[in-house]
Amino acid sequence: MELTWESLAFLIFSAMTLGGGFAVVTQRNLFHAALFLMLSLFGTAGLFVLLVAPFLAAVQVLVYIGAIAILILFAIMLTRRIMGLETTLNSQWPVALITMVILFVSLLLVLTPLGDNVSGERLNATFTEIDKESEVSDVSFTTVAAIGEAFSTRNGFVLPFEIVSLLLTAALIGAIVVAREDEA
Amino acid sequence: MKDILLDLGLADGLAAVLANVIGAGMLATIFLLIPIFTIWVERKLAARFQNRIGPNRAGPLGLLQSFADVIKLLGKEMIFPRHVDVVPYVLAPVIMVSAVVLIVAVIPLAPTIIGTDLSIGALYFIAVSSFTTISVVMAGWGSNNKYALLGAFRTVAQLVSYEIPMVFMLLLPVMLAGSMSMMGIVEFQSNYWMIFYLPTAAIIFLASNIAEIGRAPFDLIEAESELVAGYMIEYSAMPFAMFYLAEFLHAFLVAVIFSVLFLGGWQGPFAEDLPVLGILYLTVKTFIVYFGMMWVRMTLPRFRIDHMMAFNWKFLVPLSIVQLLVAAFIWKIMPEPDLTGNLIERWVNEFPRMAVMGISGLVVGYASLVMLRNYASQQRKHILSLTTTTQTYPLAVSPTPATGQSSVIVVTPGD
Repeated sequence: MELTWESLAFLIFSAMTLGGGFAVVTQRNLFHAALFLMLSLFGTAGLFVLLVAPFLAAVQVLVYIGAIAILILFAIMLTRRIMGLETTLNSQWPVALITMVILFVSLLLVLTPLGDNVSGERLNATFTEIDKESEVSDVSFTTVAAIGEAFSTRNGFVLPFEIVSLLLTAALIGAIVVAREDEA
Repeated sequence: MKDILLDLGLADGLAAVLANVIGAGMLATIFLLIPIFTIWVERKLAARFQNRIGPNRAGPLGLLQSFADVIKLLGKEMIFPRHVDVVPYVLAPVIMVSAVVLIVAVIPLAPTIIGTDLSIGALYFIAVSSFTTISVVMAGWGSNNKYALLGAFRTVAQLVSYEIPMVFMLLLPVMLAGSMSMMGIVEFQSNYWMIFYLPTAAIIFLASNIAEIGRAPFDLIEAESELVAGYMIEYSAMPFAMFYLAEFLHAFLVAVIFSVLFLGGWQGPFAEDLPVLGILYLTVKTFIVYFGMMWVRMTLPRFRIDHMMAFNWKFLVPLSIVQLLVAAFIWKIMPEPDLTGNLIERWVNEFPRMAVMGISGLVVGYASLVMLRNYASQQRKHILSLTTTTQTYPLAVSPTPATGQSSVIVVTPGD
């Protein structure tokens, strides 16, 4: 494989993602594990950038690192004596391992040409070919516009989008109701 | 730049990468040097606001004071208290400074001068800003100090909360300009500045951004009188200086972003022909906004923590949602004016749309203030009615048993 700057960046971000992910499950210190989770998520954002999907990259950083990982950190810091635990391994790891292997194999079948031999017909997700001639910034602009249109047109994802919004609103209100003290 | 490197005989790919690295380095360095000046401005102005003289020994008007401070901080020892969590402790200031410097990349300085005109510039600004939260949490945890940890708790609560109105109000310029690119938002303002369309949104954006950078009246993160210095209590020498630098640079960049989003950025007479004028206009606008921020900082006392959270969740968030809905609705129903003529024609054609948007924004803002005033006067009446009852309460600052009203000092007549 020819080593271009893109492939170098890809290697760095992949190392961040995989190494971070590995450290999350092996670190004994929960706080450090959460920090490595952030590193892993950041690597994923970098991969999105390399795939010319800057919108997804920014959302990845904003939602996963800026909100979810911070909340995890917050929960860890607020939990008393969680850091004193000798080990974070519990008896759930075989189940987790089996689930992970199944997920990995199915992703492998769907996303790579390996799936062709199994099912006979192509299951591959279709990647639209990016026109090599066009400028990268044009491509990224059209991806943002395409996402916006997909969310708001009848032939796109407007129904799932609205359903998800409704679900999230319900969850939000539910959380407030649960957290609210009784007024009695 | 790339051409020079190509002439030196470098490969095409390497030359492009090097040119980008050098360009980014230059831009970042210029912005990193700005706090040396703004710290002096801030100290001098703070002194004038408080009827003092301020730094006046080093150099004329104390101009060299910041340089003296930098040299002093460079020479100091970096202290590691016992039991610090070394990696987060050391990494925190680095992440803080890098996060703030990354914002610089999307700021349009002039029609042709911008780090990189990302198609998602506005979103990038929010995403990158969220790294500062991580840094504060790492510093608070890594220091192994209860004041630092309390500061970090407060930070997470404050930053995550105030991000909501900020993002909502950032959505409005994006919606009006029809572009998330910073350059696109500035170009939209060639007729009228965004603040005329969205006066209330601009104020909410600025207020929530002041909270984001943790300055007075929202400086509960540091709160000298309560937490000593919050998350940076254990830091000394250059790591401390890096936090300090990041804070001032972030404050400055918030002023820049506000000027770009709401005050037209580099827009001004002849800026299109002469990019240097664009930089000048942006600088002037930025310093006017920065002065306003300092004015607020010097004048207002610090919020109490529950007041601060209530101000966000019970006032800013509902107000920004209403403002968002109203602005989006009016923008949709107003007809698109003809914007092809010369400047005067465009001004005239664009005026009705701008006026309706601006007035609707002001109405929303005014209505919310009236509602707030009515609520406050009701509360006052309620408190007054409590003082006239015959039942006696002890002098209390915590929730009183009978009413559930928090933080009411009840004084019975005759005490």
